[in-house]
Amino acid sequence: MADITERPSVENFKEEVLRSYPPKIAKKRAKQIIINKVENQEEVPVIQANTRTIPGIITMRGCAYAGCKGVVLGPTRDILQITHGPVGCGFYSWLTRRNQTKPESLSDTNFMTYAMSTDLQEDEIIFGGEKKLRAAIDEAVALFHPRAIGIFATCPVGLIGDDVHAVARAMEEKYPDINIFGFSCEGYKGVSQSAGHHVANNKVFTDVVGLSDKAREGRFRVNILGEYNIGGDAFEIERIVADCGITLHSTFSGNSTYEEFSSAHTADLNVVMCHRSINYLAGMMETRYGIPWFKVNFVGAGATSKSLLKIANYFEDPALIKKTEEVIAREMEEVAKVRDDVKSRCQGKTAMLYVGGSRAHHYQDLLKEIGMTILSAGYEFAHRDDYEGRKIMSSIVVDADSRNIEELTVEPDPERYKPRVTPEERARREAEGFAFSDYRGMMPEMDNQTLVIDDCNHYELEELIDRYHPDLVCAGIKEKYVVQKHGIPMKQLHSYDYMGPFAGYRGAINFYREIDRLLNSNVFKFARAPWDENPQIHASYGFNG
Amino acid sequence: MLLRHTPGEISERGALTVNPAKTCQPVGAMYAALGVHRCLPHSHGSQGCCAYHRSALTRHYAEPIMASTSSFTEGASVFGGQSNLLESINNIFTLYNPDIIAVNTTCLSEVIGDDLTQIIGRAAADNKIPKGKTVMFASTPSFKGSHVTGYANMLAAIVQSFAKNTGRKTDRITLLPSFIEPSDMSEIKHIVSAMGIAYIMYPDTSDVVNGPLDGTFRMYPKGGTPRALIEESGDSRCAFALGRVGTLSAAKLLDTRCKVKTEILDLPIGITATDEFVDCLRKTAGVSVPESLLLERGQFVDVLCDKNQYLYGKKVSLSGDPDILLGLARFCSDAGMKVLHVVTGTPAPGKFADRIREITGGDTLVKVGPQADLFYFHQLLQNNRPDLIFGNTYCKYIARDMDIPLIRTGFPIYDRVGHSYFPITGYRGGLHLLVKILDAIMDRQDRDAPEEKFELVM
Repeated sequence: MADITERPSVENFKEEVLRSYPPKIAKKRAKQIIINKVENQEEVPVIQANTRTIPGIITMRGCAYAGCKGVVLGPTRDILQITHGPVGCGFYSWLTRRNQTKPESLSDTNFMTYAMSTDLQEDEIIFGGEKKLRAAIDEAVALFHPRAIGIFATCPVGLIGDDVHAVARAMEEKYPDINIFGFSCEGYKGVSQSAGHHVANNKVFTDVVGLSDKAREGRFRVNILGEYNIGGDAFEIERIVADCGITLHSTFSGNSTYEEFSSAHTADLNVVMCHRSINYLAGMMETRYGIPWFKVNFVGAGATSKSLLKIANYFEDPALIKKTEEVIAREMEEVAKVRDDVKSRCQGKTAMLYVGGSRAHHYQDLLKEIGMTILSAGYEFAHRDDYEGRKIMSSIVVDADSRNIEELTVEPDPERYKPRVTPEERARREAEGFAFSDYRGMMPEMDNQTLVIDDCNHYELEELIDRYHPDLVCAGIKEKYVVQKHGIPMKQLHSYDYMGPFAGYRGAINFYREIDRLLNSNVFKFARAPWDENPQIHASYGFNG
Repeated sequence: MLLRHTPGEISERGALTVNPAKTCQPVGAMYAALGVHRCLPHSHGSQGCCAYHRSALTRHYAEPIMASTSSFTEGASVFGGQSNLLESINNIFTLYNPDIIAVNTTCLSEVIGDDLTQIIGRAAADNKIPKGKTVMFASTPSFKGSHVTGYANMLAAIVQSFAKNTGRKTDRITLLPSFIEPSDMSEIKHIVSAMGIAYIMYPDTSDVVNGPLDGTFRMYPKGGTPRALIEESGDSRCAFALGRVGTLSAAKLLDTRCKVKTEILDLPIGITATDEFVDCLRKTAGVSVPESLLLERGQFVDVLCDKNQYLYGKKVSLSGDPDILLGLARFCSDAGMKVLHVVTGTPAPGKFADRIREITGGDTLVKVGPQADLFYFHQLLQNNRPDLIFGNTYCKYIARDMDIPLIRTGFPIYDRVGHSYFPITGYRGGLHLLVKILDAIMDRQDRDAPEEKFELVM
């Protein structure tokens, strides 16, 4: 396997890609294609992120509706979700994200298999759709008797002036036992899914969290934020934290319920998996209720152990720490066996990751555990802090597209604000090196001279593959077969290619084995026929000679 | 139970669609545009539309689906999408070099009233469209019709943009297929070729969305109808449009604009519909049906007769898109199966229900348009249980809850492969579909048979 220095120069890559762009695109992309360089104190170069995709570019990105309804709220099973708009948006976000959920009994509510839409028609676009939305809510209530209803606005709804919030308020008056709330997540908001995450966080915070003071039993009660239970990841995390003796209060939002959201403010601690999609909620819950938060990562066996220990250490309970260490030791035994075996076949192989707002970072850990080298990575919809770390947040310039997304002003709750850690205590622990409200970002953990590419597009992906011939590419469904047509295996990190879990210890084992299969199975070798290596012309009868 | 909240008791619904039996126009438009060689579909709206449509088609075909987007932001939504589209056109020709950009609108660009004719005219005036290249568009608002409507609108726009009547008739016939699989497009071409008839067919997504894995990614795969042929279709002797709902507007245009006599036929699904198609071709071209097709037909009929006992009287419920549903109803009737229900979210003319009942013999419950969703379909099934369900992947939730075998047909199929390689049209496709049905029924019989009734030979 070639040493990193023997690979085509990243400087040349950047220069040549930019040269093929029209000048306006080149100027913009120059700030989003960054050659990584980590200096003292984890200083990394500035990258431009969370800015508009250039029209006409074949992008991996989706829209605010996808981020709000699809990502953040979608995995909750008992909030009845009505998409207000033409039929498509509701249809495409119907079960396609693989958020698994497990109702406790047959009589439990589970709306996950239902796509509900007002299916707006031309007349309603012309004369307004609020009447139909109200009727749809009436029908939904009569049929499904939900405790809570979320209404999701789509592009045309915003433009024709339908007020989903006013309808929600009016219908809540009509049905006082049902919590009804709307999301202004029209697809044109912001520049990517990211805007929708923020919209979702805001509404869940103002309209759901804090409604029920029913606390769970348990000494160490934790909420996991930004874990969506793709392929059963949350189930695996639930298993591990329970073994450690940690009480999982609620997950936002994999395998979750409305009740868990409503009482989430009673927990002792918030830990954040996907920083991009849910850090807003963590911050607001800290301000209002005094719940501290920090970043964890359950993707990768090492990262899982580190995260569990950090949670245990947070509680400073020797029995919890001891139990956690035991769980780690127990789980790592099997993990190490599989890891070492797989590593013997994957060592030195190369990978690229372009996905999400956290996954391009998290999955590097797993790939490194089996000895793989990351050539390049980038996020689809992250912000600068996800790349460079939260330390740069104050220097992020808020542009017009971000300004359209409401930034809530949150005050401490007069009765329920209860700092779980006093300021003095926090200062002491920070001095000891315990980081709160932290996220170091992806770039400080990547090698120098790796390519960090924000909002990587089809053209750049093609160029990367042609020049660097990675052994593995990780991205989403739209990129899946583009990569594989090259004869290069591709791993989807949104949907996991319908496998999983990949989080936690069992997830790590699943992932190692899956990468082993992708890199070492024979099938991709068949992409080239034997005669490709030995073209007919060399073996002709020489009729023309 | 996965659909535990679906009651058997049916109540009126006028506003809430639950588990739609349709999706929106642009995805169909994108699919149709992929059937033109070196054409890049472009979605004029928010980038989420394009992402969703590409994802849906990619999941269905397990192939690269290339398409670009105008990436509207809030500003574009307020001030209009002209500059986004102009910039897109310039960037697309510079970076991706297609011969044709096929723009589909979205609910967003429709609501703000972007005038695509004017914008494309402006791009041409500004020399943003290289010589010999074309930007064309179809109006595909998501708040009208369904994905089939979108397909039909893009197909009509293709006729409108390219088909030319030069006054010199050729001996070719033109075929306009409805929204069907690439395998079915291949099968239709196979039948026409086997009869020795020169033809032009578009769109043609075979060799586009069922391409090979050979180590090379092709932004523009080998398949797709070349533009020159579409242009020449305006001079063809006559045309057949296969599947009314997906082709009607294109057929009318070809007929009126280019004076190509265009006849609308059912999709050739099942023995009688395929016979009709072949007979039409035979009479039109004045050719006889070749041995090769007779063999295919005979083999299909052979299995149909041999195994009729497993099919006759079996009750089936169908959901999906009108043109395919009509074909499936014909297939089932040919085989002596009893069609209980036909449900489609796609608007279809009033005659559709009459046609279905005419085919099935009267008492089939046909539901079209509002409330014709999979929630309602499931309710119908709870009240009158079939032996077999036909429908897209979403029907698997109903099938599992009710423990009824599902034959995957239509769009989308996200969870099984094969549909893009093995047809359901024509004689060979009929045999393939028949085998699928038999496998499902016989597997079920094997599974459910008491030990003493378990058969070796069936």
